[in-house]
Amino acid sequence: CKKDLNLTPTNDLTSDVVYATPAGYKQVLAKVYASFATTSGLGSDKSDLGGIDAGTSDFIRLYWNAQELPTDEGLCVWNDPGVYDLNYLTFSADNIILRGLYTRSLYQITVANEFLRESTPEKLASRNITGSDATNIAAYRAEARFLRAYQYWVLMDLFGNPPILTEENTIGIVSPQQIKRADLFKYVESELLAIEPELLTLPEYGRASKGAADMLLSRLYLNAAVYTGTAKYTEAITYASKVIAGSYFLHTAYKNLFLADNDLNNHETIFAINYDGNNTQNYGGTTFIINASINGDMNPSSFGVPNGGWGGIHASSTLPAMFGTLPTKDQRYMFTGNKAANDDIGVFTDGLRITKFKNINQAGVTASSTNGTFTSVDFPLFRLPEAYLNYAEAVLRGGTGGTINDAVTYVNRLRHRAYGDDSGNVTALSLDDVLAEKAKEFYWEGYRRTDLIRFGKFTDASYLWPFKGGIKAGRAVDATRSIFPLPTADIIANTNLTQNPGY
Amino acid sequence: QTGSITGKIVDETGQGLPGVSVQVKGLSKTSSTDVKGNFRITGVANGSATLTASYIGYRSVDMDIVVNGNTVANFSLKPDSQNLNEVVVIGYGTAQKKDLTGSITTVGAKEFQTGNITSPEQLIAGKVAGVSITSNGGAPGSGSTIRVRGGASLNASNDPLIVVDGVPFSSNLLPGAISSNVIAGVGNPLSLINPNDIETFTILKDANATAIYGSRASNGVILITTKKGKSGAPVINFSTVNSYATVAKKVNVLSAGQIRSYVNANGNADQKALLGTANTDWQDVIYNSAFSTDNNLSIAGTFKKVPYRFSAGYLDQNGLLRTDNLTRSSAALTLNPTFFDNHLKVDLNLKGTLSESRFANQDAVKAAIQFDPTQPVYANNQYGGYFEWIGSTGQLNPNAPRNPLGLIEQKTDLGKADRSFGNLRLDYSFHFLPELHLNANAGYDVSKGYGSVNIPAYAAQSFSTNGSATHYDAVQHNKLAEVYFNYAKDLKGINSNINATAGYGYYDNATTTYNFTSYNALGSVISNPVFPFDKQQNRLLSYYGRVVYTLADKYILSGTMRADGSSKFSEDNRWGYFPSAGFTWKAINESFLKESKVFSDLKLRLSYGITGQQDGIANYSYLSNYYNSTNEQQYYIGGQYYHFYTPLAYDRNLKWETSTTYNAGIDYGLFKGRVFGSVDVYYKKTKDLLSTVPIPVGTNFSNLLLTNVGNMENKGIEASVNIGLIKSDDVNWDMGFNVTYNKNKVTNLSLNPDPNYKIGAGDITGATGTTLKWNAAGYNPGSFYVYKQTYNANGAPLEGVYEDLNNDGVVNDQDRYFYKSPQPKVILGFTTSFNYKKWTLSTVLRGNLGNYIYDNVSSNLGVSRNVLSPAGLINNAATSLLTTNFVANQFLSDYYVRKASFLKMDNAGLAYDFGRISPNRATTLRFSANVQNVFVISSYKGIDPENALGIDYNLYPRPRTYSLGVNVGF
Repeated sequence: CKKDLNLTPTNDLTSDVVYATPAGYKQVLAKVYASFATTSGLGSDKSDLGGIDAGTSDFIRLYWNAQELPTDEGLCVWNDPGVYDLNYLTFSADNIILRGLYTRSLYQITVANEFLRESTPEKLASRNITGSDATNIAAYRAEARFLRAYQYWVLMDLFGNPPILTEENTIGIVSPQQIKRADLFKYVESELLAIEPELLTLPEYGRASKGAADMLLSRLYLNAAVYTGTAKYTEAITYASKVIAGSYFLHTAYKNLFLADNDLNNHETIFAINYDGNNTQNYGGTTFIINASINGDMNPSSFGVPNGGWGGIHASSTLPAMFGTLPTKDQRYMFTGNKAANDDIGVFTDGLRITKFKNINQAGVTASSTNGTFTSVDFPLFRLPEAYLNYAEAVLRGGTGGTINDAVTYVNRLRHRAYGDDSGNVTALSLDDVLAEKAKEFYWEGYRRTDLIRFGKFTDASYLWPFKGGIKAGRAVDATRSIFPLPTADIIANTNLTQNPGY
Repeated sequence: QTGSITGKIVDETGQGLPGVSVQVKGLSKTSSTDVKGNFRITGVANGSATLTASYIGYRSVDMDIVVNGNTVANFSLKPDSQNLNEVVVIGYGTAQKKDLTGSITTVGAKEFQTGNITSPEQLIAGKVAGVSITSNGGAPGSGSTIRVRGGASLNASNDPLIVVDGVPFSSNLLPGAISSNVIAGVGNPLSLINPNDIETFTILKDANATAIYGSRASNGVILITTKKGKSGAPVINFSTVNSYATVAKKVNVLSAGQIRSYVNANGNADQKALLGTANTDWQDVIYNSAFSTDNNLSIAGTFKKVPYRFSAGYLDQNGLLRTDNLTRSSAALTLNPTFFDNHLKVDLNLKGTLSESRFANQDAVKAAIQFDPTQPVYANNQYGGYFEWIGSTGQLNPNAPRNPLGLIEQKTDLGKADRSFGNLRLDYSFHFLPELHLNANAGYDVSKGYGSVNIPAYAAQSFSTNGSATHYDAVQHNKLAEVYFNYAKDLKGINSNINATAGYGYYDNATTTYNFTSYNALGSVISNPVFPFDKQQNRLLSYYGRVVYTLADKYILSGTMRADGSSKFSEDNRWGYFPSAGFTWKAINESFLKESKVFSDLKLRLSYGITGQQDGIANYSYLSNYYNSTNEQQYYIGGQYYHFYTPLAYDRNLKWETSTTYNAGIDYGLFKGRVFGSVDVYYKKTKDLLSTVPIPVGTNFSNLLLTNVGNMENKGIEASVNIGLIKSDDVNWDMGFNVTYNKNKVTNLSLNPDPNYKIGAGDITGATGTTLKWNAAGYNPGSFYVYKQTYNANGAPLEGVYEDLNNDGVVNDQDRYFYKSPQPKVILGFTTSFNYKKWTLSTVLRGNLGNYIYDNVSSNLGVSRNVLSPAGLINNAATSLLTTNFVANQFLSDYYVRKASFLKMDNAGLAYDFGRISPNRATTLRFSANVQNVFVISSYKGIDPENALGIDYNLYPRPRTYSLGVNVGF
C-alpha cells in the first residue's frame, strides 16, 4: 500500500531512459546548444531560470545588451528594468539584465556539466554504447566542453571572478568556489587547448568546429593582458592564422550574412546560434535584434516581421559617424532615419535605426514565422573577419609570427568586399584603424564592450559618447565599471563569493 | 380523572414544526409533534401542569396550563441564536456545540448572505471572524480568495482545505493554473456546488480543530454540510431569484473632449492629425447590464422509511462584460436510511452539475481603458468592421491596443464542465457494544472540463496568426476511502466521558490534460503537441486519531494525531506527523456560575498543534527528470531539427512545511444567550516553508529552487459578538459583529540570512520584468518595494525625482524601500437583521483597514507618453495624468501605492414572509428583494479597493446587483 506513494510523471524521463540510446545523447547535446537560443524547452514565454522575464532573458539578448548598450554603438529607449543603467554605465549589483546573463551562462555550464557526467567512457560502456556511436559521443563531449569554455570566457570577460563548477560537482545546493579571473583564464585556455584536437574540422552545421576553438583561443589571447596582466599577442596571431588557413572564406555579399537563409552557402561564419520562426521560437536572439531595431512605422514587412516592430534599440550618434562623410560606398553602412543625434534617450527616432539584420532570404522572400514576429536568422558568434582583425591588431601590438603586410592584406579583404572594389583599400594601419574597422565590420554583433576595454576607452574621459556616465555629453565613469558586478542574489546565496571591487 | 392535551407548535414563521418534543414536567408523559406540528398527550391528571416544548435550535418554552378534560395548548417557538445543543460537524465526527474544544465557527443557512449568490463561499463573506473572502472580480462564476487567519505559506497554497460532506476537494495543480482547485472550462470549482443545497459551513481555525486533517490543515479547514432528507410527508420548496446587475463604477479615464484638448495642447502635428471626431466611452461599449435567473426546486421527505432529499437547480447568469454567460444545471440526491434498529446509518450523497460558460475576452477591460475615445467603434476595414489602429503601410500597428468591442465579439471562448461528486457513508454501531461505531466513507469527485476558443482570421486580436481554433479537454478523477472507529462512553464511576476515534484514509487525485493541435482559422497548424496527454497525480495515505476526555462535564482534555504520507516527497521524507492538544474549561458548569444571571455560557480553550502543508506545489519536485521540448522549441543541427531533453531542477530532500499554532480562546454567552460570541488569540509559526528561493547559481538546473527554507509567523486576535437586541413576539432585532486583527510577517527566507535578501512576489503590468512585490524577512509577504517620491511645493509629484534614502549621492535600486502591503491589518464584518411581524430587513457590511493597493492603471496609463504614443497612435489615460503630468512611466514611485481601507455594504435585503397563505393548506410563500454591493466607502480612487493581490489592473468590475426572489413551499 505504501508503494502507492511512488508516483512518476507521465511524459518526463529519468536519466536511465534518456541515456539508454545514442539518440538520447544527441538530444541532450541539442539542449547544450539550444540553451544559447532558447529560454526553455517549453515555450518562448517560459524560462529555465527564475526571477527574470522569460522573453527578455535568452543568452544572446542578454549578452547583446551587456556588450552593446554601455558602448558607443547603441542605446535602448525602453524603460525596462536595468536598461538605462546599462545605457548610462551606472549598473548596480541588482541589475536584472546582468543577473540574467550571469545566471544563464552558469546555467549553460551546468547543463554541459550534466552531459559530461553522463558521457564518460565508463558510463557509455555500462550502457553498451560502443563503436562509432561511442566515437560520435566522444566528439559531442569535446563540443560540450567547448560550449562550457565559451561560457566561462563570457563570465571571465564580463564578470571577472565567477564561481566555477565542472562535472566533478554534483547537483544539490552546495556552494561552488569562486575563481579569480587570471586562474579562470588558465582554465579556459587549458580546456580549449585540450579539446582543439578532438573537435571536428567540418562538423554538421550548427555544431562547434576546431575553427571555433581556434577563434576563441585567438580572442582569449588577444585580451590576455586585460584578463591576467600578461600579454599573449603572439599566441593570438598563431590561432588567428590557424583560422585563416582553415576552410573559411569571405561571403561575397556582406548583407547576406544577416539574412534568414544565412545558414546556406556560408563559409564565413565559423559558429552560429540557430533560430527558426516556427521550430526554434524565442523573443530574444535575432527576433529581438530585428524587431527592436525597427518600429511599426518602418514597414516591418520589409524586414520579414510583418507583425513586429518593437522600437527599442538604435545607434548612438558615434557609430554612423565612424563611416565618415556620407554618402559612403561602404556597403556595411546600414542605417536609416533623419536624425542621428540622441537628444532624448526615450525617443526612438532620436538616433539612426540599424537595418543590418532582416528576416528575409537572399531572394527577398520572408522567412516563415508562426506569428510574423519570430525570425529565422542565425546569429553569428564567430566570423572569419575576426581572425583577420585579431591578426592585424596583435601584429600592431607587437606579437610575433605575423607581418604588417599580411595584416594590411587581410583588412583590405574586408574593405574590398565592403566597397565592392579597391577604392577603400588602405596601405597602412594603426591600432585605432583596427578598432574602427572592427566597429564597422561587427557593429550590432555584440563585440564592442570587450574591444573598448582592450583599447582603454571604455571608462575614462579619453573617449566619450552620448549618455556615457548618464549625461548627454558623456563623461568618465569609474574604472571598476570594466567588470560587471556579481549579482546580489548570488552573493547572498553563495557565501564563497566576494563582490568585485567598486560595487 | 384524566384528560388529554392537544395542540400545535409553530415556528417563528407560523409553520408547523415537526419532531418537537413536548413533556409534562414532573411526569413521564412525553410526545412529539407530527409533520404538521400537532401533538397529543393523553392520560394527564386534571389540574395544574407545566408543559415544556423543546427542539434543537430553538429556545425551550414552558407553559403553565390547567388540564380539564381535553385541553388545548398551542406553542410558538423562537430560534435560539446560541444553539448550544446544536450538533456541529468536526473532522471525522460530530460534537455538540457546548462541548467543542477548538476554535470552530459554524454558519447556518439562516445566517447566509442572500440575493444572487452563485458561488458557495460568498454565502459567508463577512460572517466569520478570522476569515476573509475576496471575490476575484465580477465575472460570472469567478472564484474567491479565501484566507483563514491570513495564510501560512509563501509558495505552497494558502487556500483552506474544503471538505464537502466528508469529501475533501483535491488541490491538483494544473499546469499554468494560478491557484489550486482549477478545473478547465470553469471559473471556479466551488461554483459547481449549488449554494441552495448547503446547510451549514463549519470553519475550523485553531490546530486543535484542524490538526486531524494533518498535512492539509495549515490554512484552516472549511467543512460544508449539505441539506439532508427529513422525516415526514414530502416538503416541496421552489425558489427563484431574478436579478439585474449593473456597473457600479467605471475606471476614471479622460473623456473624448479632454483627450482632444490634451493632444491639441501638447501633441505635434502628426499626433493632432490622428484625433478622431467621435465621442466614445469604451467602457460603456463593452459593459452592459446583465440579467440572471436562479431557480431551485427541492423535495424532502421520507419514502418507505427512507429519508430523502432531491434538489435541482438552474442558473443562467449573464456578466457585465458583453457575451459573458454562465449556465449551470445541478441536481443533488441524498438518502439517509437506517437499518437494524438504528444500528446502521447510511448517508448517501450524490451531486451532479453541468455548467456551460461563454467567457468574454477580458482583454477588453484593459483595452477599453486605454483606447482613444475620439475614435468610433466601427470603421470600414478588413478587420471585421471594428476601428483599429493601422500604420502608414496599411498594417495593424503592433503597439496599439485592439478595438475593445472587437476583442469581445470576435472571440468565442466556450467552456463546459461536467462534474459529479458524492460519497457513501456508513455508520455502524456494534450490536454487542453500541458505544463503538465503525464509520466507513467512500467518495469520488469526477469532473471533465472542455471547451474551445475560436477567433476568425480577420480579427485584429490574432491577425498575426490568422486567427485561431483551439480546444482543450481535461479530466479530474479524485477518489477517497476512509474508515474509522469511534468509541464514546460515560464512565459514571469517575464522573468522566471518553470519546476516542482512530482511522485510516486513502486519497488519490489525478488530472489528465489532453493536448490537441491548435490551428489558425484557415486550418493551418499553429502548434502540435509532442504528447497526447499528461497525467498529474498525487496520493496521500493517512492515519489519524483523536481522544477527548471530559471530567465532570467541566474539564476537557483533547488530543489528535495524524500521520500523512505523500507521494510528493521521497521515501525518506514522505511521512509527516501532526499532533495537537487542547484543554477546555467549561466554566459555566462550575457551581459558582451555574446559577449566574449574567452568564449563560462560559468556556475557556487553550490549544497547541502542528499542521502541515504540501498543496500548491508540483507533484514530482523531488525527482530527477528530463523533459522533452515542444515542437516550437527544437534546435537545428546538420539539416535536422532536434527535440531536446532538458534536465529539471529538483530537491531530493523536499519535505513538509509545518505550522505550529498556539491558540487561547473564550466562548461566552450572556443574558440567556441574548449576547454571545467568542474571542481568540493566536500565534502561528511556519517553518521549513516550501519556498522557491535563489540557490547558489550553478548548483542545480535553475537559479531558483523549490525547497524548504524560511519561517513565517501570523499572530492575531479575532472576536465576535452577537446580540439579540430585541426579542419579542412581533419584533426581533439581531446583530453580529466580528473583528480580526492579523499580522503576518516573514521572519527568515534565506539559506544564509542576509538583510538584503528578498524574493520577487509579484510583477506589474506595463514594465516588462518589473517586480514590485517582494517577500523579505521582517515584512509582510508581498510588500511593495518602491522609491520614495519627492513632491514640489504644490504637492505635485516630481517626475523621476526620488529620495536618496541611503545618502550615497545617486538614486538607484539601493534606494528602494519597503512601503506597505496589500494585507489588511484589521478585517471587520457586521451583520444585522430586523424582523417585524412578517417583514425582515437585513444587511451585511464588511471592512478592511490598513490594506494598500498599487494603482497600476494610473502608473501604466497615466502618462503623457501613453497618450502621445511614440508608436504612432493616441491612447486614453488614467486621470492621474492631470495631477502628475508625468511624461514617462514612473512605475516604482510610492506615489502609486495607495491606502485602500474600505467599508462595503455587501448586501441589503427586505423580505416579506406570508407564512401559510391559507389556514387550511400547507402552502407557504416568501418574497424577498436584495441589493448587493450597495456602496463602498474608501479613499481609494480606483475602481475597487478590495483586491486580494493588491495590484489594481484589469479588474472585472464587481456588479451592483438588484434581485427579487420568491420562495414557495408546499
